[in-house]
Amino acid sequence: MQAGKPILYSYFRSSCSWRVRIALALKGIDYETVPINLIKDGGQQFSKDFQALNPMKQVPALKIDGITIHQSLAIIEYLEETRPTPRLLPQDPKKRASVRMISDLIAGGIQPLQNLSVLKQVREEMQLTWAQNAITSGFNALEQILQSTAGIYCVGDEVTMADLCLVPQVANAERFKVDLTPYPTISSINKRLLVLEAFQVSHPCRQPDTPTELRA
Amino acid sequence: MKQVPALKIDGITIHQSLAIIEYLEETRPTPRLLPQDPKKRASVRMISDLIAGGIQPLQNLSVLKQVREEMQLTWAQNAITSGFNALEQILQSTAGIYCVGDEVTMADLCLVPQVANAERFKVDLTPYPTISSINKRLLVLEAFQVSHPCRQPDTPTELRA
Repeated sequence: MQAGKPILYSYFRSSCSWRVRIALALKGIDYETVPINLIKDGGQQFSKDFQALNPMKQVPALKIDGITIHQSLAIIEYLEETRPTPRLLPQDPKKRASVRMISDLIAGGIQPLQNLSVLKQVREEMQLTWAQNAITSGFNALEQILQSTAGIYCVGDEVTMADLCLVPQVANAERFKVDLTPYPTISSINKRLLVLEAFQVSHPCRQPDTPTELRA
Repeated sequence: MKQVPALKIDGITIHQSLAIIEYLEETRPTPRLLPQDPKKRASVRMISDLIAGGIQPLQNLSVLKQVREEMQLTWAQNAITSGFNALEQILQSTAGIYCVGDEVTMADLCLVPQVANAERFKVDLTPYPTISSINKRLLVLEAFQVSHPCRQPDTPTELRA
């Protein structure tokens, strides 16, 4: 019998970790956080212990039900299948496809191109432009896609996995000073989501490892 | 996103390869591409996402074009070796005949094309014996053969099988 709460290995500012924090909050799953600082000590994700937990040396990783899962969307889909209410994916397969399409666009098409380990391989003076390009290319496509999928939220009128990906990516966009004027649909959906409790409690400014100066 | 693949099916168009595959799985459930057990499904998605989100986007054409030409090969090789280092480790606990257990899953559909990319970028596969042996076993299966890049309608003559 597995005892104890699930354990989330997370960095306050990691957009991928934030996605999972939102999912855990929405599903009312109580968990412990083990902060992994991606910058201190040369990056705590490179420690032997953490590498054994997640060979990709990335956050998030979730210890739950006796297993460890990484890759944020794999974690969220596992939570959805084992704790199915409230839903994070619609019932209709075509709407589910839209949710996964948007989630993959962000989690596979934007974020990996502007994460810390990739940016470190780009010359310092080019890093901001590189990150901005990754985000604007993706947001150009996403803004268009949302024209046919969005209701109140990314896909229809219920919060889905796509929304869990959107909000952290918009936060990254703001951190990289991306002009969001060309993306009114993304912006308005983001605003609506940010007032929801699950998006607030999981926010980078309210985490156990949030630095004092950034704390809400 | 100005990328392939996109699939027009059942009156809709889906893009993002894993979203397409999950849709096919949900609407045409046999033969299965994902196990029934949620923990094994998590392993399948974890491996698929590692490849489709953690390796391939970093070495695809549009990203490579942003890297100085003399750096492109190294860049692509780094993306692949970082991911394969992790994947080889993960497979120690998930793999049977194939990536997760003994049935072909979505993870295997991601593995084979990524190994082909690795070969194209001259990545040394010696450090990845599990990846290599699973890849070999998959390549003999008919679905992996008929879908191979060397047998497509648009395969250039000089690369045709």
